[in-house]
Amino acid sequence: MGRIFLLGDDIDTDQLAPGQYMRGGIEALSAHCLEAVRSDFARDVRPGDILVAGKNFGAGSSREQAAEALRFLGLSAVIARSFAGIFYRNAVNLGLPVLVAPSVDGIDEGDEADVDPRAGLLRLTVKRRELALEPMPENLARIIADGGLVAHLKKRFAEAR
Amino acid sequence: MSATLAEKIIARAAARPSVTPGEVVTARVDLAMIHDSGGPRRVAPILKELGVGLWDADKVVLISDHFVPGDTEEGATILRLTRDWARKTGVRFHDGEGICHVVLPESGQLQPGFFVVGGDSHSPTGGAFGAFMFGIGATEMAGVLATGEIWVKVPETILIEWRGALNPGVMAKDMMLALCGRLGMDGGRYQAIEYTGTAIKALGMQERMTLANMAAELGGQVGLIAPDETTSAFLRQVGADVPDFCDLKTDAGAATADHHIFDASALAPQVAAPHSPANAMDALAAEPTAVNVAYIGACTGAKYTDLAAAAAILRGKRLAPGVELLVAPSSKRDQDRAAEEGIMGVFESAGAKILPNACGICAGYGTHRLDAGVTCISSTARNFRGRMGDKDSRVWLGSPLTVAASAIRGQIADPREML
Repeated sequence: MGRIFLLGDDIDTDQLAPGQYMRGGIEALSAHCLEAVRSDFARDVRPGDILVAGKNFGAGSSREQAAEALRFLGLSAVIARSFAGIFYRNAVNLGLPVLVAPSVDGIDEGDEADVDPRAGLLRLTVKRRELALEPMPENLARIIADGGLVAHLKKRFAEAR
Repeated sequence: MSATLAEKIIARAAARPSVTPGEVVTARVDLAMIHDSGGPRRVAPILKELGVGLWDADKVVLISDHFVPGDTEEGATILRLTRDWARKTGVRFHDGEGICHVVLPESGQLQPGFFVVGGDSHSPTGGAFGAFMFGIGATEMAGVLATGEIWVKVPETILIEWRGALNPGVMAKDMMLALCGRLGMDGGRYQAIEYTGTAIKALGMQERMTLANMAAELGGQVGLIAPDETTSAFLRQVGADVPDFCDLKTDAGAATADHHIFDASALAPQVAAPHSPANAMDALAAEPTAVNVAYIGACTGAKYTDLAAAAAILRGKRLAPGVELLVAPSSKRDQDRAAEEGIMGVFESAGAKILPNACGICAGYGTHRLDAGVTCISSTARNFRGRMGDKDSRVWLGSPLTVAASAIRGQIADPREML
């Protein structure tokens, strides 16, 4: 359970992981996550919160830190009308649920909500509404449930041994 | 059932009779290419954490290009680590032979129909050979090296058809800058871009590589060109097998997402203004913009064909006063051929400085980074702020012909005036 943070279209990797803080490690970098669009985001966000955005979320470079910063801040999911391809791959591989929403109408800033990535559901718990998302493909949901690609492979190799 | 070229390659790699756009499948990779920057130093710790070795050392190609020639302490250390890892693992290793995207096909290991991952964002270059090749990050690459597998969401295909024929003085690079301007850097939506049409068919392999390479700047996952007799001629030349690829094409009835049509005959030399490849315009419209540095380099813009084009403009001429021309041939093989044909001599006579066969300034490496206040015209793919040096340097993109013409003029110039 968390609160909704509502963002617009074309949130890019420089806004998520600003280039000038890339050398400082993920903790220092995360403190500047999204500051160009919301100066207090890293301070306000709490574990379990959910980002809801428009089109082309994660556009720009291939840097994994864009997804890593969101995971580090404890976001439980990112929901967007569409994602940039490499960001989507990186998010899955780092264990951050990313879900496509056909529409984000009816979702407001600050709404209390939780997400079921496998079922493709966003439940607005106070508003008592459910919004359908595109369910995550089963094989990707499994990677995320395991905590990302490295953890997923560790488990797979352990099972094989 | 009719299918696109991308669908056919993925279906084969995923051992499926057919695949549909949007579905996520697990594919076996035919080759994994890594370089010294994103390669051993990043993937070895993850493999160690997983407690496994390489799934198949024969299918891993390691190419040193980012930190070559190792003229910094950091670079020398990374190259040492890279060489040690190559020895230990027995992967195929090309050391100091040039930039990975150019060395891989020259080494004869890239085949039409292959499903290939590269640990670098310019990896779509392999699509010029009809291989589904795309870039991934270090974590994913470690997963591939451990398992030989990767998940892929089957892309839709965006057809980009160039009709007519390019005029003299106009190159593949101009087509790509025009496309970046028209479609934008997210126009490819991480789908499969496929280039078709008479003007594409007429291009040699290295020009096709420029198109495939810059599918990345269009936001595509891959940039494909169906293999044909030009492809097989190249494969024979580098001593590679020539597979039967008659079915490696998008079928006439296959469903595609978009079909853009452009007229190559109407295209003028292009430049892209700082700081985005999408800031494209006719080179004529950018005159007169003074330049201090002209750079012919990178996987995108310093292959043999690029060098030959630039030399045709530079022959018998001198650089404008105050302009520095830097030439970093993409590969040793291409430089050797250019030297045999007198092309390297043309650069030297014109007053150019020759740099190592490496990524160099394009990736902000090495000792020739751009200083604040410098305006550069470059044959590379990207002109993002600060990428090639100081954040207050300005980079314009153009074809090797346009870069050469601008170096002589001392300002951005349409090369057609000098042919």
